[in-house]
Amino acid sequence: MDKLVEAHGRAIPLGRKNVDTDLIIPARWLKTITREGLGQGAFETLRTEPENIFDREEFTAAPILIAGDNFGCGSSREHAAWALLDMGIRAVIAPSFSDIFSGNAFKNGILTVVLPQDQVDRLLEVAATDPISIDLEHQTVTTPFQDRFTFEIDPFRKNCLMQGLDEVGLTLAREESITEHETRRAAQMPWLAKGNTNRHGETA
Amino acid sequence: MASKPRTLYEKIWDAHVVERRGDGTSLVYIDRHLVHEVTSPQAFEALRVSGRKVRRPDLTLAVPDHNLPTTPRLDAQGNRIPIADVQSAAQLEALEANAPAFGIRYIDASAAEQGIVHVIGPEQGFSLPGSTIVCGDSHTASHGGLGALAFGIGTSEVEHVLATQTLLLTQSKSMEVRVTGELSPGVTPKDLVMHIIGVVGTAGGTGHVIEYRGDAFEQMSIEGRLTVCNMSIEAGARAGLIAPDDSVFSYLKGRPMAPKGADWDKALAWWKTLHTDEGASFDKSVEVDASSIEPTVTWGTSPEDVAPIGGKVPAPEDFTDPSKQDAVRASLEYMGLTPGQLLAEVRVENIFIGSCTNSRIEDLRAAAAVLKGRRKASNVKWAIVVPGSGLVKRQAEEEGLDKIFVDAGLEWREPGCSACLGMNPDKVPAGERCASTSNRNFVGRQGPGSRTHLVSPAMAAAAAVTGHLTDVRKLPATE
Repeated sequence: MDKLVEAHGRAIPLGRKNVDTDLIIPARWLKTITREGLGQGAFETLRTEPENIFDREEFTAAPILIAGDNFGCGSSREHAAWALLDMGIRAVIAPSFSDIFSGNAFKNGILTVVLPQDQVDRLLEVAATDPISIDLEHQTVTTPFQDRFTFEIDPFRKNCLMQGLDEVGLTLAREESITEHETRRAAQMPWLAKGNTNRHGETA
Repeated sequence: MASKPRTLYEKIWDAHVVERRGDGTSLVYIDRHLVHEVTSPQAFEALRVSGRKVRRPDLTLAVPDHNLPTTPRLDAQGNRIPIADVQSAAQLEALEANAPAFGIRYIDASAAEQGIVHVIGPEQGFSLPGSTIVCGDSHTASHGGLGALAFGIGTSEVEHVLATQTLLLTQSKSMEVRVTGELSPGVTPKDLVMHIIGVVGTAGGTGHVIEYRGDAFEQMSIEGRLTVCNMSIEAGARAGLIAPDDSVFSYLKGRPMAPKGADWDKALAWWKTLHTDEGASFDKSVEVDASSIEPTVTWGTSPEDVAPIGGKVPAPEDFTDPSKQDAVRASLEYMGLTPGQLLAEVRVENIFIGSCTNSRIEDLRAAAAVLKGRRKASNVKWAIVVPGSGLVKRQAEEEGLDKIFVDAGLEWREPGCSACLGMNPDKVPAGERCASTSNRNFVGRQGPGSRTHLVSPAMAAAAAVTGHLTDVRKLPATE
């Protein structure tokens, strides 16, 4: 994952609430076995509308997207995060996000910034004409007009994003704890340790 | 001295914490991992690139479901019929190669046990009460119907579980949905959960795990409980849970991958402790009166857009939130509906009975009970019944349900995700409506331009008969 310290540039002022992952990337784009190239299918349904916001020249390769409540609801498809990343989006600002989407975004180096609706409204207004800056280290969103909004972020996520850490590698380093848990559980709850091998009476 | 009263969610969570970390996250052990062809190829690829292996292939089960056409899979000679769509075929091939390469048990596309991941997990006894279950699919919440903590994950998390059998998680908040009273005759668990989503809203459960409580669930079949928990994600909750009871235990006993002998006895003793303690508190609580619920349908493009079948299409002005008014305006335009229109007069051209929400044997029985001795209406152009697994299909055929469907003019298909999500050949044409037993009515969900009305299996069957959304309780008797 590419590290993310700040995002600066034009922000696509989508504004819409309940943007579901089917809208971000329709199912027909899920038939890929790679992570690349999904930007082409991003917001495909909205992009069929004439003069849609995504195809405006000033928002080409914009690094930020601003949306309404419950962004990324619906399907767990990580393709939604991959599609945004492929479009060039590194941060999404909204009043709330679906749990699965924000996890997926973070694991791909996309920052999800939660701000109250009135601040989001102000940013939507600014974004129409001017750039926006997000500083992850200081947890701020600023505009050229002296707006300065602070946001909260889970410290673990912040650290991973800022350093571009590989979460699987971090967990593999906890091998000893995992094995200890596994051994203890296999003694206490042997049926859980048997998984799909119960079928033929094999032991795990 | 008694320990602090805990919720069911807290009990399962506590039993799976490998370690708590200083930053508020916990490393949580995963007991069961279901893998399908759509959200796994990139995870396997990442393992390959980094030279990592699957830690516990024995706790992992792979099956294709999303991409598979639901037309026959084998020709008269028993040879596999190739999938015409090149990309779908490639995704299937990737899973067929990845599963054995990483030592994972794989259920082949043409095996009798093949089916939708969330149907086969319980059916095989792979999903168990008190276990943690994940899958790269948001409807993993289904398995909570057995009292498991089950939730959908993204592909990076699929990779994380494959490599470490754990996930780094922050404990969710707990939410109680207390259902009082009983469902009226003709009102099903699907109607109940759609009504609940209407009350809670699609974001109401965000950050929470829902526990469904109340007498209505004690009376409810396992299939019904799986349906309710399945749609928890439509209320924003990553997982839904119902405390396991004797019905769950007898459902699981003897299933292929369920515990046997001494393991069973030990498991049962623990499972019986899996309920929310008296005095445990929830972060949020919602109460719903089951007796007031009517058969329910959706009119918009969000699962929270529900109304009783006796109701009307709402107007944007019926909502106070200005952004919801805009959303309603856009939904009605997309759906081609007018405020004030009677829902029972909305004509449908397509019927889909299936999906991880409603493709189990009880669902098919409910649809067949309505269709027996009746024919689909002439304006219904396409009507398919897609069993959730090969075993459900076989059971339905033994009961003669397939014949009832075919006699009524519906097609009887092979198991898979089918028309729920528009990534296999089963799609609803642009501008046409579908009365669908699936779980999402999003814009374009069943194919570009498709218009979805979510309903129960009995209601889908009733719509097939009349050609419009219909209160199944008002269908005139046959014979």
